[in-house]
Amino acid sequence: MSQDKPKGADVNAAAVLLEDKKKQIRDEWSAVLSSLAESRDKIAFSRLYEYFAPRVKAYIIRFGMSPASAEELTQESMLAVWRKAHLYNRSKASASTWIFTLARNQCIDRLRREKAVEYELPEEEADPDQRHYGEHAVVAKRMEDAIAQLPEAQAQVLYLSYYEGKSHSEIAEQLGIPLGSVKSRLRLAFSKLKAHWGEDSEN
Amino acid sequence: MALLVESHLEMCKQCTEHVHTSNRIGGDLLTKIAPVAMQRGSLDQVLGMLDSVDMEVPVENEVAASGEVPQSLAAIIGCDLDKLDWKSMGLGVQQFDLKLGGSGATRLLRIQPGVSVPHHTHSGNELTLILRGSYSDEIGRFQVGDVADLDDQLEHQPIVDTREECICLIATDAPLKFSGLMGKLVQPFIGL
Repeated sequence: MSQDKPKGADVNAAAVLLEDKKKQIRDEWSAVLSSLAESRDKIAFSRLYEYFAPRVKAYIIRFGMSPASAEELTQESMLAVWRKAHLYNRSKASASTWIFTLARNQCIDRLRREKAVEYELPEEEADPDQRHYGEHAVVAKRMEDAIAQLPEAQAQVLYLSYYEGKSHSEIAEQLGIPLGSVKSRLRLAFSKLKAHWGEDSEN
Repeated sequence: MALLVESHLEMCKQCTEHVHTSNRIGGDLLTKIAPVAMQRGSLDQVLGMLDSVDMEVPVENEVAASGEVPQSLAAIIGCDLDKLDWKSMGLGVQQFDLKLGGSGATRLLRIQPGVSVPHHTHSGNELTLILRGSYSDEIGRFQVGDVADLDDQLEHQPIVDTREECICLIATDAPLKFSGLMGKLVQPFIGL
């Protein structure tokens, strides 16, 4: 940290190059995805699958699903990519954003259905704590950086809410603070994150 | 609650933008996440299914409701607000229960101009989305498209503040409690 001042310019240039490269990759996937609607090309689909499926699976595991459910949900999500490709609009979202959104919705639908079953069969309810283990895995570097800059109280509620999927009321109870404080901390944290993430994440 | 949020998103550009930002962050994280290998043969399995799945048809929402009702709500009630089978709760308040099940309740409330709902607090979260008219309470004034986000820390007494009636969609995750004698007396009757 202390001696890298002269190299600062190089580091910046490298960072810019890296950003350019990332944008290029992002655009490439978006192009593949939008061509899929017309071409119905299974080879293009396979490329998307090979890149995105393992990432979607990793995401779903962090969402708190077992690896087996994650495998299945990933396949369902990728099938949804195929079924909905013609609804994809490049100018509105990058391929990764669109696929992320699809996968997340699949997870939420699944959780809702599982919850409904749990109400009917309460005795078979799994230990809810077990769910969270997968989510304690490493968080993407950039998110970590952004979160590291938040005041601890805000980072804490953000973590509990987004990574552990706890409801606002559960967080309030766990931390022994009023529900209103949970909400205002989340609001503050989110606006700071947004500022940190900036507009460079897309377009 | 999800229905209310969805309805609000249809009405609020700012929040829609908020959701887009979150999804972008999610999409960004997806490209950076450490991949977890799929099982062998998973791609072939999916490829084998491609020909047999139906393409998603964009949903043409043919709902018999005017623009006043958000699409996601219209899909459930299926008609205009005025055509609903409102149940009177007395005191110038009518309600229509959506009977969605779950632990909380989702209902529409129709309050006549000038009517003030007795002081009450909430034992959990309560979201209120204004669909018609407006009301004011200790927090401020709420108009069409606005969402009031209330919880157990807050006691309020909303009053419909124009000559127009106020219709709102209310979702709670627990029943609300009335404070004050008047409230306690009416609660059993109006069943809020």
